[in-house]
Amino acid sequence: MIEISHLSKRYGALTAVDDVSFDVRAGEVLGFLGPNGAGKSTTMKMITGFLAPTSGTVRVCGHDVQSAPLAAKSCMGYLPEGAPSYGEMSVRAFLEFIADVRGLTGDRRRSRLDDVIARLGLASVLEQVIETLSKGYRRRVGLAQALVHDPLVLILDEPTDGLDPNQKHEVRQLISGMSKDKIIVISTHILEEVDAVCNRAIIISEGRILADDTPKALARRAPSGKLEDVFRQITLPGRPALKEAVNA
Amino acid sequence: MRNTLILFRREFASYFATPLALVFIVIFLALTGLFTFFLGGFYERGQADLAPFFNYHPWLYLFLMPALSMRLWAEERKSGTIELLMTLPITPWQAVIGKYLAAWAVAGLALVLTFPIWITVNYLGNPDNGAIFAAYIGSFLVAGGLLAIGACFSAATRNQVIAFIVTVVACFAFLLSGFSLVLNAFQGWAPQPVIDAVASLSFLTHFGSIAKGVLDIRDLLYFATVIAVWLIATAIVLDLKKAD
Repeated sequence: MIEISHLSKRYGALTAVDDVSFDVRAGEVLGFLGPNGAGKSTTMKMITGFLAPTSGTVRVCGHDVQSAPLAAKSCMGYLPEGAPSYGEMSVRAFLEFIADVRGLTGDRRRSRLDDVIARLGLASVLEQVIETLSKGYRRRVGLAQALVHDPLVLILDEPTDGLDPNQKHEVRQLISGMSKDKIIVISTHILEEVDAVCNRAIIISEGRILADDTPKALARRAPSGKLEDVFRQITLPGRPALKEAVNA
Repeated sequence: MRNTLILFRREFASYFATPLALVFIVIFLALTGLFTFFLGGFYERGQADLAPFFNYHPWLYLFLMPALSMRLWAEERKSGTIELLMTLPITPWQAVIGKYLAAWAVAGLALVLTFPIWITVNYLGNPDNGAIFAAYIGSFLVAGGLLAIGACFSAATRNQVIAFIVTVVACFAFLLSGFSLVLNAFQGWAPQPVIDAVASLSFLTHFGSIAKGVLDIRDLLYFATVIAVWLIATAIVLDLKKAD
């Protein structure tokens, strides 16, 4: 379970995340929606303990991310934005490194590595150096890294960004396949993705939560019944400059 | 401890995954040879010691150690892997120490590979091998001190070139702080104890006394303190700037 209460992050005068509170329970796949710069990534960085919040608390699996970071980080898998990985390592060396840091040993280490390698179809590129891989494969390596320790909580920042339609479909199936007993938070600005994999959607803009509902219920808010129209309807009024630009 | 070791192994291997470590070691060996035999007059002196070999180490290190340390954190920031690293269940200390030790180990390996010169001097005469051992330790400590300074500046930027240049300048100041070039900047306004303190910070003074074969606990403590202070600074800089 993720419990977020009154979370804020300020950079000088800029408020990136403004008093955000919500809980996520097991079995939920939460889609985190919002325009670029809305505070999605910042919120995820605070959940995973990379950034310290200016105020508010995040608890993951009962552990406060600030006061018990190691326990909280142990039960999380995280795919940062852009799926960074050590380019000079081979896929195998990289995944083994993550498994070691995650404290996996012996048979469990072997079976977990075999599992993620099979699940993400990495067997054919195992000995290849990561920086020579295509964008799609690199993203898969990033996902494999997040899944190695079979975490209860998965935080995925734009997991399908830059993938082709087939790869997107595969990643979505992977997420749907894991969703029963896990807590999954994905950020995206691809609305069809929310329809495809999420059973809950939060729309965030300028650091505030503007809507929190199931994707279906959200879609019904627009006369057209399209999530896309709801998204525009909710996020555009606060951004007059952009609206004018669109109208012009 | 276990995590530090895992991070150390990864970092050490990554030095060798790119040509960096190899180029570093080859250039270090070539330059030490050049300096010892041509500038140092190893044969002409007619003495069975390695003074002409060790005397040039700090000056070589001035440019070579920043080249080794510049990528430590700047690359993690540039490629975004710092976010991956810092969200793994490790403490920032384990990361700072593991990565630093990997760089120091590469420097240590380069130093160990200079053993032919030790064999040469033993073949030619009867040198004081205790003093040579002490000088090796001293040289290794100077390298460690400069790498700790470099780690801190690498953590402060995502640009390796900037990390390199700033580290060279900082290392230069630390090497020379016992010399008039640096001390003149303090003379005239700073009280004598401050000038003495600055002078006592010099790597060269401490290395010089170790290289003579005297492994004084104060010199060892000096290097241990320098390394610890700069690594603490690295951890602080990382915490403050990791999101930029």
